[in-house]
Amino acid sequence: MRPVIQVSSIRKTYGSTVAVDEVSFDVNDGEIFGLIGPNGAGKTTTMECIEGLRRPDRGAISVLGLNPIHDVYELQERIGVQLQQAQLQKRIKVWEAVDLWASLYRKKAVDGERLLEQLGLIDKRNAWFMTLSGGQKQRLFIALALINDPELVFLDELTTGLDPQARRAIWDLVRGIRARGKTVFLTTHLMEEAERLCDRVAIIEHGRIIDVDSPASLVNRHCPERSVVLATDDRNAAERFRTIPRVESVVSSNSSGNSHSSHFTIRGHGDDLVTEVIHCLSENRIRVTEFRTILPNLEDVFLKLTGHSIRD
Amino acid sequence: MLRGLWKLTWIEIKIFLREPLGALGTIGIPVLVFLGAGRMLGRTAPASPAASSFIGVGLPVLASVLIAIGAVLSLVTIISIYREGGILKRLRATPLRPQTILTAHVVVKLLLSAATLVLLVLAGKRYYPVGIHAPLLGFTVALLISTWSILSIGFLIASIVPTARFAQPIGALIMYPMLAVSGLFVPVALLPPVGQAAARVLPLTYAVSLLEGIWKGDSWWAHTHDVAALVVAFAVCTALSAKVFRWE
Repeated sequence: MRPVIQVSSIRKTYGSTVAVDEVSFDVNDGEIFGLIGPNGAGKTTTMECIEGLRRPDRGAISVLGLNPIHDVYELQERIGVQLQQAQLQKRIKVWEAVDLWASLYRKKAVDGERLLEQLGLIDKRNAWFMTLSGGQKQRLFIALALINDPELVFLDELTTGLDPQARRAIWDLVRGIRARGKTVFLTTHLMEEAERLCDRVAIIEHGRIIDVDSPASLVNRHCPERSVVLATDDRNAAERFRTIPRVESVVSSNSSGNSHSSHFTIRGHGDDLVTEVIHCLSENRIRVTEFRTILPNLEDVFLKLTGHSIRD
Repeated sequence: MLRGLWKLTWIEIKIFLREPLGALGTIGIPVLVFLGAGRMLGRTAPASPAASSFIGVGLPVLASVLIAIGAVLSLVTIISIYREGGILKRLRATPLRPQTILTAHVVVKLLLSAATLVLLVLAGKRYYPVGIHAPLLGFTVALLISTWSILSIGFLIASIVPTARFAQPIGALIMYPMLAVSGLFVPVALLPPVGQAAARVLPLTYAVSLLEGIWKGDSWWAHTHDVAALVVAFAVCTALSAKVFRWE
């Protein structure tokens, strides 16, 4: 199937600053695709080039078979957009915004009232935009992005500044968009968000794409290390642990306090490590008082690929 | 092109009226200047011919020009607030044409100017010392043409103001000096050469000449050059704005 979005080798500079360079990726029909990276990495610039709001200096973009620059109005009819840090008129009422947006498209809009109901905004339909909370504003922007029943939805830093509860509610809404058969293209600097929401992600840094894959594959490919942390008072434990296949290191640290037990961190490769450790514990009847696993995530992938944390 | 225009215009009117202070200021100041100054001058200097001429023609025209300038300043402020808040950008990420967005604001300002003029005339008929005896329909058209023309300067100013905070002061700093050399207070012929040169290129001069003439009952034929100058000013400023206008 033809990709919904095809980006090939785009470059965009602002003055002497190169915002994005040699950026290429495809987004497939019906997936949630995330462009992830730290602030200033070029996520918004890339997204706005795809939306037709910016013209790349070089490279080619095709969205739903259209050229975002030449066919910008045709494209706007078929996509839904939520912009980062956008506002509406302070004193526009929620229903007026939905009503206005519904009138802007050729195609008959979806039922605005129903949309507000689905997004939990129906009680707020007569409220001014300026009186809405951050989460309510974002839900209104999602409503506006969905009003024309778009084939493709763009969400730029959708949950930035929201509390964890509002964030989870928004994630459910985004999954709901995918469930209706639409493609979602989003940007985020929150690795947890990308991991929980995206089918595939592209990691971008300093304007360049570093890798593209599903979150799980990225973790497996770049960070195959697994760790088990446990506490035991068995004096021979360390010896036993070193005999486990695939174990690379066993580090012990005496725990503070008056207990006799020691903490061990067992590092190794591959998903079987945890099973092997459990097997060793039961075979040698080692009594443990604490047991947890440390699995790498996208955050670790980012650290590994770029040499620094995404929050730096 | 027209899709969304009326709905956007209507919503912008409602939003404007929901900010009572701004609405009151824009509508109220010209009416207050007109009535307040008129009554004051009418009481203190009823015999002086210069004063009575100013009350009869100068003051109504001044109040009307204030309506137009108020419209420009309000436009500059709104556009810069909308740009700063990303509202213009959000509207552009729809099938709306950019011209439609800006046209809606021009229509709002023109309607508001007409409404203010109606209010001014109604108040004037009742409280103005010398009464109002001008061809009102023609004068309304003249004011709308003038406002429409100098609103294009508003878009230019809106392009250069760095942030919304500076919109009103920078706008005022550009607009009010134009008023000083417009011929309203001192005839253009009596200005120093620099002032005369400035007056000739500034559209407000032609707006004042047109408004004064129509108020006094001149025919439109006598003022075709004023109208032509205002149209040229609009064309020039719009062309320039199209080049330098910033959406974000």
